[in-house]
Amino acid sequence: MKPPVFDYCAPESLEEAIACLAEYDEDARPLAGGQSMVPMMALRLVSPAALVDLNGVHGLDSEALDPDSGALRLGAMLRTARLERSPLVARHQPLLAAAAPWIAHVAIRNRGTIGGSLSHADPAAELPAVAVALDARMRIAGPAGLREVPAAEFFFGLFETAVAPGEILTEIVFPKMPQGRHVALYELARRHGDFAMAGVALAFGGGPARVVGFGLTDRPVRLSEAEAALDAGAADFGSAGKELAASVAQAAAADVSALDLNDDLQASAAWRRDAAPVVAARAVAAARPTGGQP
Amino acid sequence: MTRPLVHGPPARREDAALLSGRGCFVDDLQLPGMLHAAVLRSPHAHGDIVELDVSQAAALPGVVAVLTAADFGGSMPRIPIRLQPFDGLERMLQTPLAEGKVRYVGEPVAMVVAQDRYVAEDALECIMLDIAPQPAVIDADAALADDTILHAAAGSNVACRYTVARGTPADAMARAVYRRTARFRSHRHTALPLETRGLVAEWTAADRARLWGAAKVTYFNRDALAAAFGLAPEALELIELDVGGSFGVRGELYPEDYLVLLAARRLGRPVKWIEDRREHLAATNHSRDVVCEVTLGLDAEGRFLAMTGTVHADLGAYIRTNAAVVASRAAQFLPGPYRIEHAEFDVAMLMTSKTPVGTLRGPGRVEANFFRERLIDMIATDIGMDPIDLRRRNLLTAADMPYAIGRLVPNEGPGEYDGGDYLAGLDGLLEAFGWEERRALQGREIEGRRHGIGVGCFVESSGGRSPETARLSVRADGRVALDIGVCAVGQGVQSTMAVIAGEALGIDPARVDVRHGTTSLLPSGGGTFHARSVVIGGACVVAAAGRLKAEAVRLAALRLNRSEADLVWQDGSVCQAAEEDGTGAVLDLAQLSAIATELGQELQVLEVHHPKATTYSYGAHAAHVAVDPATGFVEVLGYLALEDVGRAVMPQLVHGQAIGAAVQGLGEVFLEQIVHDAEGQLLTGSLADYLVPVATDFPAVDAITWERAASPSNPLGAKGAGEGGIIATAAAIGNAVSAALAPLGVSLTETLITPDVLRRAIRAAEAGEDPRKDET
Amino acid sequence: MSRAAPRTVTLTVNGRRCSADTEPRRTLGDFLRQELGLTGTHLGCEHGVCGACTVLLDGAPVRACLLFAVQAEGAEVVTIEGLTPPDGLSDLQQAFSAAHALQCGFCTPGFIVAADALLRETPDPDEETVRNALSGNICRCTGYLPIVEAVLATARNRRTEGAP
Repeated sequence: MKPPVFDYCAPESLEEAIACLAEYDEDARPLAGGQSMVPMMALRLVSPAALVDLNGVHGLDSEALDPDSGALRLGAMLRTARLERSPLVARHQPLLAAAAPWIAHVAIRNRGTIGGSLSHADPAAELPAVAVALDARMRIAGPAGLREVPAAEFFFGLFETAVAPGEILTEIVFPKMPQGRHVALYELARRHGDFAMAGVALAFGGGPARVVGFGLTDRPVRLSEAEAALDAGAADFGSAGKELAASVAQAAAADVSALDLNDDLQASAAWRRDAAPVVAARAVAAARPTGGQP
Repeated sequence: MTRPLVHGPPARREDAALLSGRGCFVDDLQLPGMLHAAVLRSPHAHGDIVELDVSQAAALPGVVAVLTAADFGGSMPRIPIRLQPFDGLERMLQTPLAEGKVRYVGEPVAMVVAQDRYVAEDALECIMLDIAPQPAVIDADAALADDTILHAAAGSNVACRYTVARGTPADAMARAVYRRTARFRSHRHTALPLETRGLVAEWTAADRARLWGAAKVTYFNRDALAAAFGLAPEALELIELDVGGSFGVRGELYPEDYLVLLAARRLGRPVKWIEDRREHLAATNHSRDVVCEVTLGLDAEGRFLAMTGTVHADLGAYIRTNAAVVASRAAQFLPGPYRIEHAEFDVAMLMTSKTPVGTLRGPGRVEANFFRERLIDMIATDIGMDPIDLRRRNLLTAADMPYAIGRLVPNEGPGEYDGGDYLAGLDGLLEAFGWEERRALQGREIEGRRHGIGVGCFVESSGGRSPETARLSVRADGRVALDIGVCAVGQGVQSTMAVIAGEALGIDPARVDVRHGTTSLLPSGGGTFHARSVVIGGACVVAAAGRLKAEAVRLAALRLNRSEADLVWQDGSVCQAAEEDGTGAVLDLAQLSAIATELGQELQVLEVHHPKATTYSYGAHAAHVAVDPATGFVEVLGYLALEDVGRAVMPQLVHGQAIGAAVQGLGEVFLEQIVHDAEGQLLTGSLADYLVPVATDFPAVDAITWERAASPSNPLGAKGAGEGGIIATAAAIGNAVSAALAPLGVSLTETLITPDVLRRAIRAAEAGEDPRKDET
Repeated sequence: MSRAAPRTVTLTVNGRRCSADTEPRRTLGDFLRQELGLTGTHLGCEHGVCGACTVLLDGAPVRACLLFAVQAEGAEVVTIEGLTPPDGLSDLQQAFSAAHALQCGFCTPGFIVAADALLRETPDPDEETVRNALSGNICRCTGYLPIVEAVLATARNRRTEGAP
């Protein structure tokens, strides 16, 4: 299981990286943490003509709070392990910090990046769902300059995103959490660290609710009935959390009945149909307030 | 900085090198001029090879050769059967490369040899292989239908079929007041040692070769390979390096053993082949794909009268070296540790278009224990008896021993269980497990999860009657060298053999140097399978030690001019039998060695030990689970395995084997599954698909080792110890999960338990599908 | 010159600066084993699941099979050989032996590297923390219980010895 031949470019600037990609038309791939792409290359499922290594590109692993908007701006090359440990992330976007321990294992998190996970777009991965739940905005650089795509419009399907060949996801912007927002992530996987058979990331209170399923279909999917149920009952979360969880579960069941659910080795579509509402209810039960921010 | 631990038992002698990365596994071996091989494997389950064009691959820079079936010069050897060569199986043997037809995904078709493994894999992508697909034969039932025949010359997919019996089963079954029949299945999985297979071959002359990476049964493999290449057995040296686990699958003969030797001979350079993990999942033996329909008849008091059944084993596309063991032992051990006088089983070994099957830790036993123990729990439910009481009424006790088990395997003589109190084993387990306290939780729902407890009882054979060879030599410095024909597969055989030799000679085991691992050490050897290393190898060492002591006394008598009767061996020295004045001459090992040298001899003995009987370990497992019916997730809250191994030479190692085996067994039940689709395509080709336990999965496992029923058939009293931890795992878990879900009407009949499996079972029960539809 | 052609990689391995030519596609695992002869780093799956190839890259455990050697340019890599004292075994390695936390030993270097990193970051882990930290490493022999015990024992001993 040895990777096929490829050209290797290690640019130091974003412009250089985009120029490298351009040289190979559609046959070059950016290399972020490599924790998904390198296995696919070892299995020779993908054979890019060139890899443009983003690990040496300056400025792609920043984490900063926008002083005006309060948005958290994370560089695409920020490692998953950093999401787990960053005080800034924990304070301003605790759902990201809460999601990180669910992602694979320590050694994988030390290399894997937030941008790599989002660009890879595995439908069972946590971060794409979290990005949708947090209304993140994806900043994509390419030969034509920089553009921004909302997370909800970023994921096209299995391993497909709005990032076109020749482009690079450079930054993810997480808007400031409204006061009173609650967030949670819950998933079921065959083993600790495995991709989810069914998972839900959610945010509610202080604004419209977001309930995003992952591992269910070919992309992170918003469960709109469940969102409506949460919106209706969010105010009672503290006093009637159990009832709220139950009503969200019921709504989620209606949501998933309309979906074309994944059917794979780890779980059948039928299992997902039954389990998704349970997962949604447990996510509601696990929801925590995000704390007072300035 | 080095700091000693405050406490701790003595380390294994194997440990220091392995802990520091200084071990030598086969991929660590580098030889000058060595080339690297990669194997082209069939992407189809069944089909005819229409075209195989390797010219483009051969032309790739860095590629040295591409071997195809033609390179064997018109006649390819067939991989022979090592164990249980029943009539008919010889029609289904595999050649190293597919000849005209492929029969499973992963079957070798060609081998590329290149300067580098990366280039070799590039070349695989350049080979044109055109296969005209044929229908796949996907399971035992499809095989029996014979709609598609895999081995045309055989005319059927039934490789072998036989009936075995003891007593008068038909009469006894007719007397039964209660009978229950159920159909069970054990799913297909594999052993997955963490080190994949690997080999390095080198020809040192036109008629001499070496093969590194051998394991388990080096002497048998040497003889078979030597025959295939026209060599004298001693002209082929099989060398064992550090071995990263076997669990039965590694070390058997496989196609690649022939291919690397052929490639190295043709190219005149050493050739290395290291199996990668994707290959491993398709190419290394699978196991445990058995369907069983079994009937148990009881009298009015709940005593087992008779057991009958059919065992249909899906052995894959070819009969490998030990495939028949899986089927034959599954039938032999169906009656298990119970008093069942009358039994009859129909056994069919079937060919399908899947990876060939071989033995896997507890072969046949894991299956049989699951089938029988589930059936016993089903019966207990039916007749309203506590499942423990039902077992207690029928388990064999010391008063029954030795217990004749008749001839339940063709070509084997009548057997007998050699001792033990199987009922006491269950009672000991239940007490240690806190069964009575846990019973209060049986079937109860607590915080949304249903609790269940279950047991599985077992008896298992080990050792057998194959011979083993050992040599003890005393060196000039008084150290003792032990050469032994058993093999190391990671179980600590060097440490264990040193302890046995040290004990037998009355010396510190640290003074014993254990050597094994190359066929040039000894003229013959057995190997490591059927938990035989201690049982037979250990007995061989004890016998050798006895002869070495006698030889030492003889030499001492010569030197001291005394009668041998006046001298005794004591603690590694020869002393006077009666030291009345306390000044008796004492000759230590170094002196004895010097005496032998002066006489132009060596103080050395070669022992070939022929064991006379098979030993039988026994015990029971208990499990406590909590099942979440909403998701099908199961947590194992408690797991305890008890086994009486007669004698545990190194208790810590035996305990380690037991808990390691139990976790492997839990993995088999909850995670590990080889999946093929309807076209026979392998869907579990990576470790992202084939799941094994990790550190977070099964923390609540423990094991108890008893040394109560010493085996009467060997001087150590030892019985097999490496399999007892896995052997009833599927049984105990199947019973515990079924008990937990019994209020929902669920009763499991397959070994695999996943969230999906439980969801289906719960839904089927809810829909009113009769869970007892198998009842007669 | 082709970007697929071998290039020189310079990095620090176990405290020593090394340089070697390598094709860009060669993994760090193969590079360590083949170019530098450090065969203690084992390859158990080559697709990032088993953890046998775990090494420290700039102090953090990573999979050597999922990193190309060229990516380690300028980095500091520590392998099992680098975690082994010249005069014997580390306390962690000794604890593995004492707890019988290895049988075949193929996975062991990866576990030692992962456990070493854990204990440096979390000197006082509880059992769950240890199990989580080691959940990316597969062992087929031990069932993990003795491994977890060895790591906890090492932490205990270090505390005892570190106490005034």
